[in-house]
Amino acid sequence: MPAPTFAAQVLQTLAAALLLISFAMLAERRSRRLVTLLIWQGAVLVTSTLLVAATTHLPHLFFSAALTLVLKVGVLPWILLRLMRRLGIERDNEPLVNVPTLMLVGLGLVIFAFGLAQPITALATTVMRHTLGIALAVILLALLMILARRKAFTQVIGFLALENGLFFAATTTTYGMPMVVELGIALDVLVGVFIFGVFFFHIREQFDSLDLHHLESLKED
Amino acid sequence: MELALVLGFPLMGAALLAVTGAQRYAAELNIAISLSTLLAAAKLVVRVIHGGTIVAFDEQFFIDPFNVFLVALTTLVGFTTSVFSRPYMRIEAAHGRLTEGRLRLYHSMYQLFMAAMLVALTTNNLGFLWVAMEAATLSTVLLVSLYRTRASIEAAWKYFILCGVGIALALFGTILVYVAAEGRLGGSGMSALLWTHLNAVKGQLEPTVVGLAFVFLLVGYGTKVGLAPLHNWLPDAHAEGPTPVSAVLSGLLLNVALYAVLRCKIIADGALHSALPGRMLMGFGLLSTVWATLFLWRQRDIKRLFAYSSIEHMGIMTFAFGMGGPVATFAGLLHMTVHSLTKSAIFFTAGHATQTAGTQRMEGIRGLLATHPSVGWGLMLGTLAILGMPPFGVFTSEYLVLTTAMRDHPWATPILLMALVVAFAAIFRHVQPMVFGETQAPVLPHPPSLLPVFIHLGLVLALGISIPPVLSQWYRLAAHLFAG
Repeated sequence: MPAPTFAAQVLQTLAAALLLISFAMLAERRSRRLVTLLIWQGAVLVTSTLLVAATTHLPHLFFSAALTLVLKVGVLPWILLRLMRRLGIERDNEPLVNVPTLMLVGLGLVIFAFGLAQPITALATTVMRHTLGIALAVILLALLMILARRKAFTQVIGFLALENGLFFAATTTTYGMPMVVELGIALDVLVGVFIFGVFFFHIREQFDSLDLHHLESLKED
Repeated sequence: MELALVLGFPLMGAALLAVTGAQRYAAELNIAISLSTLLAAAKLVVRVIHGGTIVAFDEQFFIDPFNVFLVALTTLVGFTTSVFSRPYMRIEAAHGRLTEGRLRLYHSMYQLFMAAMLVALTTNNLGFLWVAMEAATLSTVLLVSLYRTRASIEAAWKYFILCGVGIALALFGTILVYVAAEGRLGGSGMSALLWTHLNAVKGQLEPTVVGLAFVFLLVGYGTKVGLAPLHNWLPDAHAEGPTPVSAVLSGLLLNVALYAVLRCKIIADGALHSALPGRMLMGFGLLSTVWATLFLWRQRDIKRLFAYSSIEHMGIMTFAFGMGGPVATFAGLLHMTVHSLTKSAIFFTAGHATQTAGTQRMEGIRGLLATHPSVGWGLMLGTLAILGMPPFGVFTSEYLVLTTAMRDHPWATPILLMALVVAFAAIFRHVQPMVFGETQAPVLPHPPSLLPVFIHLGLVLALGISIPPVLSQWYRLAAHLFAG
């Protein structure tokens, strides 16, 4: 196997940073800092997309990077922060039980993701595909976060982190989906976040809280 | 051209109803738009019968024997549901459960939902398929929470998070398919996501990548089909949303999600050269059927009861498609059609039954035959049809599934039979006192529109007695597509 190029090494460093941020999110209690971490994740995505665009000279990846910059570093965090202010949950702390266990489960998921991606990585024709395992790990960690959290707001952040992992997988392993498809996905995510925002207000109006413990009355009877 | 109309009518209708959806004539407008879509679809069907597969818009959309009958079914049920929804939503408004704004939201989202499903059915691009499925989720989330009660918001949140996560996994699967195809079909081009192109080269795709992709696609779209153990959102969403929405969710959306799974299965079958995708469908299908029937006994809410019955039937279809082969695939397609027609008819009658009784709890609903004989008969006949009584069409498809299972996978037959018997006993036990029995319930303020119910049940009956040659020809062509 030839030694990876400089660009590929930088890309792998960025992938590692993405994974690290995912772990940080898993253990973060303050909603405000979660949004900051999400912005960082977006920034890493923009950098990695730009890097892939520069090495492959594919023009549509530059558009894709610009779209990510606007959407994930700009508009979505802005909407989230605005929502937080209007809901008055900026200083919210979420009690997290058993962070060490959560971390251990997370570690297990990372190993699982690498194992799952192994056969594909072995076939890789480009160096870029080595990042598939990391992308899958980011996706699984975001899933874990959605499962472990009991607040509506943090679940949404987990949902967006999941989307980031998917985006990373798409850009690094396939040099991005076709532009129209990417636009469609971006639109769906944006509309989704709007609807989430509307929902926050409905939930608070009905339950006086964004704590999902109250949303457990529909059980099998 | 017809395709543009089929997709254009509901899209324009959604925009139009977003403005006028609260007017007095909005319900009639909704019916008119749905009828136009149905007529355009009928014209499309005629064209496909004469001319075969159509590819349109730079190959981004296509109509083949598999999706054309689903387009026809979707537009038909979309139209009849809009007819049913007119008196139903009027009664809801008279009961004070809806404001003008919400009525506007309802009408507009109804058409947007139809448009999203039709795009999902007709698109050739796996990326657009994903986008359309997500759009269908987003438009129905707002419909499920339409009443803004605690329970409905909780149901909508569960639906949103579970289906959002599920569909995100499907996107990962789509990316993996793209990875597998890119090498064969040229990098960074659109063609690596086009189903027809993928289908042409499926034998040369990298099996490990496609295998992993199929797992993600199955789990992702399977969440929307309501396959156990990812079915949790389904009973809540069906029970808490307005009844026309339950009818289209159960009758149409589940079919469209299953359609997405099956399109992916055809590719995976070709790439893997093994029975693995089929085995996975059989496993999930059987698990869902058994799981759902176990929960049928304990239900207290009429709409939850029939939502679990939908999970059971989606399980049977998934099992049938998993077995594969011409007969089982034929049975699966027939079951998709008859289940969709019967289940929406049942939801129509269940909706009016709950309005009469003022509750969805089954012990509160009694003596439907006394107050509204047509509602009572509709519910009784619909129940008999869905339970697989001959001569209804559900009997035909279930019989075919069972006999094929007996021949190819004898171990599964007793499990399926037990599930069907338990489902029969559980549902019949609940429905019988609701239809017969004593009541003092008042008569509804607007006469319910039961024409759709009897049209649907009539069609199911006709399909049970003899399947018209055009339809069986379609089913056979579609089954041929599966055999690949």
